[in-house]
Amino acid sequence: MSELLTMCIEFFKTGLFAVGGGLATLPFLTQMQENYNWFTAEELGNMIAVGESTPGPIGVNMATYVGFSSFGILGGICATLSLVLPSLIVILVIAKAMNAYQNNPLVQNMFSFMRPAVAGLIAAAGFSVMKIALFRQADTFLASINWIALILYAILVVLMYLKPLKKLHPIVFIAIGAVAGILLKM
Amino acid sequence: MKVLFDLFRAFFTIGALTFGGGYAMLPMLEREIVTKRNWATSEELLNYFAIGQCTPGIIAVNTATFVGYKVKGVIGGTVATLGVVAPSMVIITLIAMVLENFMDIVWVQNAFAGIRVAVCALITVSVVKLFKSNVKQHWHIALAIIAFVVVALLKLSPVYVVVACAVLSFIFGKKVQKA
Repeated sequence: MSELLTMCIEFFKTGLFAVGGGLATLPFLTQMQENYNWFTAEELGNMIAVGESTPGPIGVNMATYVGFSSFGILGGICATLSLVLPSLIVILVIAKAMNAYQNNPLVQNMFSFMRPAVAGLIAAAGFSVMKIALFRQADTFLASINWIALILYAILVVLMYLKPLKKLHPIVFIAIGAVAGILLKM
Repeated sequence: MKVLFDLFRAFFTIGALTFGGGYAMLPMLEREIVTKRNWATSEELLNYFAIGQCTPGIIAVNTATFVGYKVKGVIGGTVATLGVVAPSMVIITLIAMVLENFMDIVWVQNAFAGIRVAVCALITVSVVKLFKSNVKQHWHIALAIIAFVVVALLKLSPVYVVVACAVLSFIFGKKVQKA
């Protein structure tokens, strides 16, 4: 029981200090793996692969997995809630303040500088996903291109811009991707 | 009460259908929150992402809390947050039970390879839309490119970019407003 509490505290700390989302939780998990015997380095590797390719935020996936594999279903729930709690509190406080200051010119200026930069940040995140999905390890640039993936990518982008398909739910395209992956043996 | 249920359902859907976490969530958020339900504008979403970059926690969770709070106060924020994490908890618990053999199945690997390509295409379309609505002036383009280079090529933390933008806005904010 006391170990379950220790794990909750560890995940609370992770939620409090992992800034920036995505894989920002990873250094904390590596540390956890070294300090406690809740999971091995190999399991952590598997978990990243699953977390990257199953729905949901990776941090949450990791917490659920680690909690479940060490302490069962209760562990999974506790670890996830501990991870989420700090940001819930911090954001509620900020959201309250934002309602009051939203129309302040200083705050508006700040956001007018941040929005184009965040567009660039998201482009960068897209770039890193593309590197994994459309390219593979190789010596030359040409050899590293995964042509099947690249062509599938081009077809999907064109489909998304076609008028009648534009309004389709993103899950439709994800399903198309999954079926194409199986049929083309990617 | 109906609003709370709606919030939970919207964020449950987002949590269930977002592959890759973080920014991969954007296409889904745009559809569920902006287009379908008008709970926030595209600009507000980007503001939330910017704040999410420099506050602790997972961006998906931060955004859920923000939108939920805007719609229905503290309870709304809590409900939206639980909604976004619930699908992961269920799915991962199931996978954890069978993980040993799960990722070894060849067709599962193939399906995920295809899913990753689809996620790329979805992000591309969202990024193009984002640039159209938020990058309009020369200095916008410069900021976007610098942010891209700093994170994608120099591998620095996005936190620096967001903090630098805040500082720049205090220095140059007045000039830009006049222009």
